[in-house]
Amino acid sequence: MSTETTSPAPHPSEQQERPPLAVVGSQIDQDEELFGRAFDPWVVKRFLTYLAPYKTRIALGVAAVLTFTVTQLTIPLIVRAAIDHALVEGATDIDLLHWFIGVFAGVVTLNYAANHLMETTVSKTAQNLLFDLRRAMYAHLQVVSLSFMDKTEVGRLMSRLQGDVYALQEFLESSIFAIGDIVLLFGIVAVMLSLNPALGGLTLSVVPLLLLVRIIWLPLARKAFMAAREASSSVNGALAENVHGIRAIQELGREDVNFKLFESKARTNLLTHLTASKFTNVMIPIVDTLTGSAMAIVIVLGGSMVLDQSLDIGVMVAFLFYVQRFFDPIRSLTLQYSIMQRAMAAGQRIFEVTDVDVEVRDAPDAEDPAEIDGAIEFRGVTFGYEPGKPVLQDISFKVAPGETVALVGPTGSGKTSTTALVHRFYDVWQGEVIVGGRDVRAVTQHSLGRHIAMVLQEPFLFSATIEENIRYATAGASHEQVVAAATAVGAHDFITRLPKGYATELDQRGSNLSLGQRQLLSFARALVADARILVLDEATASVDSYTELEIQRALARLLEGRTALVIAHRLATIRGADRIIVLQDGRIVEEGSHDALIAANGLYARLYRMNYASFDDIPPEELERALSDGGQRT
Amino acid sequence: MASPAKRAQRVDAEVDADYNTDVSKLDTSVLWRITAMAFRHRARMAVAIVATLCAGGFQLLVPQYLGQAVDQARGLLAGATSGSVDSAAAEAALLTTALLLLAAAIARGVFTMMQNYQGEAVGQLIGYHLRLDYYRKLQSLSMSWHDRVHTGDLMTRGILDIEGVRLWVDTGVLRSILLTVLIGGGAVVLFHNDSDLALVALSFVPIVAVRASIARLKLRDTWIALQDQMSILTKVMEENLGGIRVVRAFAAQAHEMIRYDRISDTALAIASRRVRLFVLSTTQMTFVYFLAMGLTLWVGGAKVIDGTITLGQLTEALAFMLILQMPVRQIGWMINSIARASTCGGRLFNVLDLIPSIADAPDAKPLAVTEGVVRFEGVSFRYPSHAKDERTLSDISFEARPGHMIGIVGPPGAGKTTIAQLIGRYYDVSAGRITIDGQDIREVTLRSLRDAVSIVQQEPFLFTASIDHNVAYGDPWAGRPNIERSAQMAQLHNYVKALPQAYQTLVGERGVSLSGGQRQRLSIARALLPEAKVLVFDDSTAAVDAATERRIREALKGFVADRAVIVIAHRLSSLMHADEILFVEGGRIVERGSHDALMTVPDGRYRQLYDLQARGGEAKTDREGTA
Repeated sequence: MSTETTSPAPHPSEQQERPPLAVVGSQIDQDEELFGRAFDPWVVKRFLTYLAPYKTRIALGVAAVLTFTVTQLTIPLIVRAAIDHALVEGATDIDLLHWFIGVFAGVVTLNYAANHLMETTVSKTAQNLLFDLRRAMYAHLQVVSLSFMDKTEVGRLMSRLQGDVYALQEFLESSIFAIGDIVLLFGIVAVMLSLNPALGGLTLSVVPLLLLVRIIWLPLARKAFMAAREASSSVNGALAENVHGIRAIQELGREDVNFKLFESKARTNLLTHLTASKFTNVMIPIVDTLTGSAMAIVIVLGGSMVLDQSLDIGVMVAFLFYVQRFFDPIRSLTLQYSIMQRAMAAGQRIFEVTDVDVEVRDAPDAEDPAEIDGAIEFRGVTFGYEPGKPVLQDISFKVAPGETVALVGPTGSGKTSTTALVHRFYDVWQGEVIVGGRDVRAVTQHSLGRHIAMVLQEPFLFSATIEENIRYATAGASHEQVVAAATAVGAHDFITRLPKGYATELDQRGSNLSLGQRQLLSFARALVADARILVLDEATASVDSYTELEIQRALARLLEGRTALVIAHRLATIRGADRIIVLQDGRIVEEGSHDALIAANGLYARLYRMNYASFDDIPPEELERALSDGGQRT
Repeated sequence: MASPAKRAQRVDAEVDADYNTDVSKLDTSVLWRITAMAFRHRARMAVAIVATLCAGGFQLLVPQYLGQAVDQARGLLAGATSGSVDSAAAEAALLTTALLLLAAAIARGVFTMMQNYQGEAVGQLIGYHLRLDYYRKLQSLSMSWHDRVHTGDLMTRGILDIEGVRLWVDTGVLRSILLTVLIGGGAVVLFHNDSDLALVALSFVPIVAVRASIARLKLRDTWIALQDQMSILTKVMEENLGGIRVVRAFAAQAHEMIRYDRISDTALAIASRRVRLFVLSTTQMTFVYFLAMGLTLWVGGAKVIDGTITLGQLTEALAFMLILQMPVRQIGWMINSIARASTCGGRLFNVLDLIPSIADAPDAKPLAVTEGVVRFEGVSFRYPSHAKDERTLSDISFEARPGHMIGIVGPPGAGKTTIAQLIGRYYDVSAGRITIDGQDIREVTLRSLRDAVSIVQQEPFLFTASIDHNVAYGDPWAGRPNIERSAQMAQLHNYVKALPQAYQTLVGERGVSLSGGQRQRLSIARALLPEAKVLVFDDSTAAVDAATERRIREALKGFVADRAVIVIAHRLSSLMHADEILFVEGGRIVERGSHDALMTVPDGRYRQLYDLQARGGEAKTDREGTA
């Protein structure tokens, strides 16, 4: 790049030839925006099961809705009756008027009570339903098999737990009013027709017209609305990128190029929203025209009927009132349609989650032993994630209590799967995994969790205080135990140097600590859990040498007096193990101490001699050579 | 909150990260500012306001015509019984009223449409301009500011706050005009007819308005509380699912459910309180409205009996009440919109008014790169957020030039990364100066400086785009051969070629996940592409294995020959071949010299580090046999 560039385009000459290789923001998820049926009986049925606990409340709500509607309809009738009977010219009656006013006050009060009851019960039930659904999904995710969680992105699950639940909330909140509206609509039709069938029929004749307009309008409008939504999320995606990638953007001087791209997205957003707005607003004069027409019909026809004396003037007044009330519900109901579609799609996705099979379950007679001896044994274990593709084949080995065994082997050799089976994250296809003398399927998963402590490769921490993170699930651990564990792994010093010590709140995933510090905390967490068996997946990420030294010290402390199965990446760790098991393509190819394996001059010896800090680092082409050349190269 | 005059134009480096907390109070200056933005679209605003006035006027005509129709019918009725009325003429009169009513309804609809559309259009235009300004501003604000603010907070401003400001035109300005017209005009008509009746019919307006505004403000508080609680719940769920293996490993499901229930129950309690508040206020408003209607019927009925007013006038009053029902309820909305626009606008302008602390000097010239000599002359640095005596770097001097590569090593927190950041002027030095080919980097344009300097970051940010887009991020017009050459040097090409979609493979948040080493190699390729004269590797090969790193180094030999190179690393094999190695500790250079020279320092810090790494098997990869 030259020194005098100040224009947004670094190579103006090339700009004409082709557009820059640049985009801002990311593509939006298509499948989350699918619009399906507005009414899905299966989804509705599933909802109803969640409503069962609130039966009495719902019954109360229905009663309130009916009362509310009846009173709502009665109010204009009372006005009409008062006009007809108490205010007729020449025959006015002040006492009768007072009587009507009294009735009016009574009905209005009843209306208030019913309205209050209706909205309270419906809204509260809706809230409860949403919280119940979210909890059901979340609780289910706590027990579904890890194989499901492996396949599913957290983001996708979160959009179920949040987005879909919100879509339902929108639906339920608007349906509160929709229910009232629908009942009211039918009520008005009934009252109009009963007051005067002929006039009622004629007045209602504008309704089919309105529906027709709506039917033509809806698909066009929906397209416009969807375009606007898409443009919005595209603009917001680009903004998010600008926020998250700001360092790279400033560093690589992409400000101007990005701004131009963003500008065109923002413009699309503007234009699609204006189009959507046109669609929304064009309905206003149409509905108003139809409302006006209905009123005109009442005036002209009703007026002449009054003239014929075939209609009370009070009825005509009531009609005019009803017509005004009539069009509001219709207007809001058509908007309800797309909300219903979204809700059905959301419901479907929610129930997809709650219906995921739980593959690993406690046996009915599962034991919960208080103490175990700490031995691990694999007997002829075959296992895989997809049918027909075993990742472990006929694996057998034993780890004696107190022994440290290192699992080594190239990426994909089955190390992680082996450790996962010890904790029964998955069930084996064939063979047995025996922990503390019992098949893992014969004890509760909870007891496995108590007796096996795991340290994962990524030191995952929660946003809570350091103390809470170290204690984690060991609820009974005292502050002293927490401090002791932190001291043992050498984390105490840096913790006390923090402004709030053990009470320091960690940011999201502990991002305010260094990687090495996070690792030490995850060791301390395992130490507090104080299990007989330790399963450890050593971190591969490179840390600086000072931290590395501390981690090795902490590791030694952690392994003390425990049975340990370690996926080892660092040569120091591997050499420190009592025994090494070498895995390749899901089979055990070698087993023995470091010295014995070096003397045997097999795969381990060849990998070791390549001098990589970790076997996972070996580039594929060199690995290929090591696996194939059967040891000629020494 | 300070007045706008005082608040405006603060330098980004000097504001607190949470400086935005106190925008909850109503700030009229913010509202004026938004309104002024709206009136920049003069023609549209003029149309919108005229349309609003007309819509209100026609809406007022409807009840009048209704009343007229009732009176006519009544008159006809009276006339028919007495036999003195020409029924044809009477029906013609009814027809005229009906047509007038219809015309008024249509006109009302058309004008409302215009009002709504133009109002929304102005709002969208404001949103469009704010969005662009905001995007631009974020790009220009300095890293010291970005470091301190929360990304989620910036997103909220860019999405929800712009939305809140945008809605002000429609729900705030235009609706208040409409409401004034309706209530004012209606009151005039009603008082013209009968003042007692007017008082009674309008009695509900102030009560509902006050009730609505109180409720809205309370609702807003519970809404904020609910949002807070929900975002905690989101965080808990997200972490649980992200760390599901930890949860399972510790058999902590019960623990996690307790944690979840505690937060979820609190959220539900707040949500229920919200429902109670909301229901109480809406139902009470309806109740008051109906009571007023009853009163109108009572007082009006008595007056009809007295003969003071006609039945038509009573109908008109009742019909007018019907029309006012919705707008009066919307008073609550309006008050909400005022509060929202003030809060959102305040938060937004807080960012828009910031001045970037790192910006071109008024007389800045483009950097003229000749040889590419980077000099640190007695540089000291303190992060703006740190205490006065807490210096990150003290008195750092060195020179990197083509053929003289600098390696920087030291314990964590020694200030190594800060040195890299200073070269790209992401922060300004507190003392001393940094020059490139003799020009102080504060006196040249940022653009030319950053074009001349490529920094390979420790933790590269991958954009959700294809690999070639990512590699060409700094030079989107680069040709395919250049992209591939950079990828080859970074030892990324073979990996990419093996992917089914090769360079078109999507990476980033939704694309294929790359390992730490692959990400770093992509980041190297990206930094090499623009062919900058100064290259800074900021621990950019920590996750790349030693052998691959060696290959990268060999591939780069020709490329770096005429460039100034600075390598920062904690793995000695990454930098032991540098011409001069600086051992930095506590922000100072404690040892300097070539590898061989430093190795001869007895008990030297560099020597100690070397021994440490040799034992761990890290240092020997580069010098097999010597370690």
